[in-house]
Amino acid sequence: MHSSTQSVEKKKRVLVAMSGGVDSSAAAILLHRSGYEVVGVTMKLWDSSALANADSTKSCCGAESARDAKYVCRKLGAPHYTINYASEFKRDVIDNLVGEYLSGRTPNPCIRCNSYLKWGELVKLADQLDIKFISTGHYARIDRLNDGEYALLKGHDEAKDQSYALWGIQRQLLSRTILPIGTMVKGEIRQLLRDEGFGFSDKPESQEICFVPDNNLPRFIKESAEKSGIAIPEGYIVNRDGTVLGKHRGIPFYTIGQRKWLGIGHTVPLYVKSFHNDRNEVVVSEKDGLLSRTCIVSRLNWLAEKPLQHYEQIFEVKIRYRHLAAPASCELRKDNSMHVAFKEPQRAITPGQSAVFYRAGRVLGGGIIDVAE
Amino acid sequence: MRKVYLDNNATTPLHPKVLDAMLPYYTELYGNPSSIHNFGREVWGSLVDARESVAKLLGCSPSEIYFTSGGTESDNMAIIGTALANVGRGNHIITSSIEHHAILASCQYLGNNGFEVTYLPVDSYGFVDPDDLKRAIRKGTILVSIMHINNETGVIQDIPGLAAIAKAAGAYFHTDAVQSAGKVGLSVDGLGVDMLSASAHKINGPKGSGLIFIRKGTRVQPRMYGGKHEGAMRAGTENVAGIIGLTKALELSCGMIASELERYRKFSSRFWNALNEIIPNVVLNGPLDEGRLQNTLNITFKGIEGEAIILSLDLAGIAVASGSACTSGSTEPSHVLRAMGVEPWIARGSLRISFGKFTTDEDIDYALEQIPPIVERLRKISPVVSHN
Repeated sequence: MHSSTQSVEKKKRVLVAMSGGVDSSAAAILLHRSGYEVVGVTMKLWDSSALANADSTKSCCGAESARDAKYVCRKLGAPHYTINYASEFKRDVIDNLVGEYLSGRTPNPCIRCNSYLKWGELVKLADQLDIKFISTGHYARIDRLNDGEYALLKGHDEAKDQSYALWGIQRQLLSRTILPIGTMVKGEIRQLLRDEGFGFSDKPESQEICFVPDNNLPRFIKESAEKSGIAIPEGYIVNRDGTVLGKHRGIPFYTIGQRKWLGIGHTVPLYVKSFHNDRNEVVVSEKDGLLSRTCIVSRLNWLAEKPLQHYEQIFEVKIRYRHLAAPASCELRKDNSMHVAFKEPQRAITPGQSAVFYRAGRVLGGGIIDVAE
Repeated sequence: MRKVYLDNNATTPLHPKVLDAMLPYYTELYGNPSSIHNFGREVWGSLVDARESVAKLLGCSPSEIYFTSGGTESDNMAIIGTALANVGRGNHIITSSIEHHAILASCQYLGNNGFEVTYLPVDSYGFVDPDDLKRAIRKGTILVSIMHINNETGVIQDIPGLAAIAKAAGAYFHTDAVQSAGKVGLSVDGLGVDMLSASAHKINGPKGSGLIFIRKGTRVQPRMYGGKHEGAMRAGTENVAGIIGLTKALELSCGMIASELERYRKFSSRFWNALNEIIPNVVLNGPLDEGRLQNTLNITFKGIEGEAIILSLDLAGIAVASGSACTSGSTEPSHVLRAMGVEPWIARGSLRISFGKFTTDEDIDYALEQIPPIVERLRKISPVVSHN
């Protein structure tokens, strides 16, 4: 040990979730620079050997990524551990993902991973190691407001902002969370790593779904379902009147808003509008049919004071990662669901996705979209 | 922060006398032992002496000793080399389910390439039942490989008894003695084995140096082709300094087996008794007295989940292991404990303490001072329902 760590007791320890990627590496470096004693953890979330043919360099959690994280920690003189959370990840994220797709919904696995793994298992580990703070490489900020309350805010890099994916974490964990890169933009992060001499500063962005490196999610769903003995039945594609237009390969292979070519006779492009699960039908419509004004959001979590019941408030509501938050009148119902009425109709409001409520750049809370109307 | 090393089954520090013996072979004695000139001859002579010394310690002929890069290479030679050289006699290999990965992965390779492998179970202490071997062995069994002392639990198998069963059935017998050579008195005839793997760095020798004993007449194919080094069994210019280091380490350790075993016995009982006194619900995985090399303690603190205890000890400067260290710092439930019937969640929370030549009473004091509060803290915060 270096003599500088003699003052261990005085230094604040922080457990940093390190995927080996650019962002979490930068987070560790920044924390180290500002005097924290970093303890790095690479959470192994899935068995990368099962994806032997996939290019593991492109995703987090792979063996190579754990090595990069360990490499960064070595430079910082920080301990690093790789811990297997594959069974927890399967239980809390993958099983839910497959189940949601099979019931015709489009979940966001990153959000559950944040709630259950990062702000779940990682916090548990921090408690076990007697470490107060946890940290990740998310582009979002946490500020202490004048009244002493902690607020989750958008990251300064608008294009990279990930506050949307953090609505599900427990409110009391905000005070224990440090998000060091939320005030930076991607270019600064890459420059920081170059300055520190890390060769992987030009590493590609991690893809949308880390445990499906070939990005073929439908195939992943199909194989997972088959492993559990669930067949995905083919069915009919219908229009809004119920007229059969063609056949589909199985509901999980379609997402709402997806453009669907149906061949001769349909010169106008058609889009997936919704699913009739009970009849195993995919409903398509012309582009305008995708627009809806209201939705019901349930399984709510609040990172600010919970709104009053039956009291309409205007929030900016974001309904998918790449959606520009739009103003909506929101009313909390008795059954603890939120009724959201957008001022302007929104395209492809998708059940299973998260709706996140913002005000002035602050995440107030969020939930899962149940029904779009 | 104080640093205490209690992971001597993973590796050990080099003994200063071993380093002294090795150094000349990095400086003035640099000749290639295969060369015709004096530079080569001189070093060749040192290798002859080394081989004779090692053979004497193991009770075999110098021509039955082959120097390798370590335990893993020796195990690969024993398993794959023997299987390939004896395809005419059968295609069946028997091993145990608690072997080191060097054995298990070699057997899996054979299993994927037309051989049939039987993995013998162990009882809850980790012992192989000789009757299981009798039942599994058959006409086409080429080889039986059972490790001498287990790296995770220290459990000692009855190698003479098991080897006799193999011999009676006409099968070769190999033992992975990486954790036993130099720690317990052994001779290849006493064990009754046809092949034996050993390594230098587990007994205060250098890393990257090991050996395999192959009894004369045993049919083994080389795994490395090239020049006619090591009786054409292992091509490649000899790792001279490594071989000298291995020899010195084996000489030193074999010369003090009785006193070291006594030291380990004292450490073990002191450590175990103290833990038991201070901390309730501690379980020893493996036998307490008979049948365990006393330098190894595999312990589970009931009610503590996962590897938090090992990480906490690391942050307190104490190095212990969770199961095998050979999974590159990632923690998986140990296959050895699983084979002993330990539940996966208990296996993940187990820790292995292994004493070595340089372990001191002060090291034990420090560990005994650090462990109880960590266990207490972890038990307080992990709301694991009482598991019986």
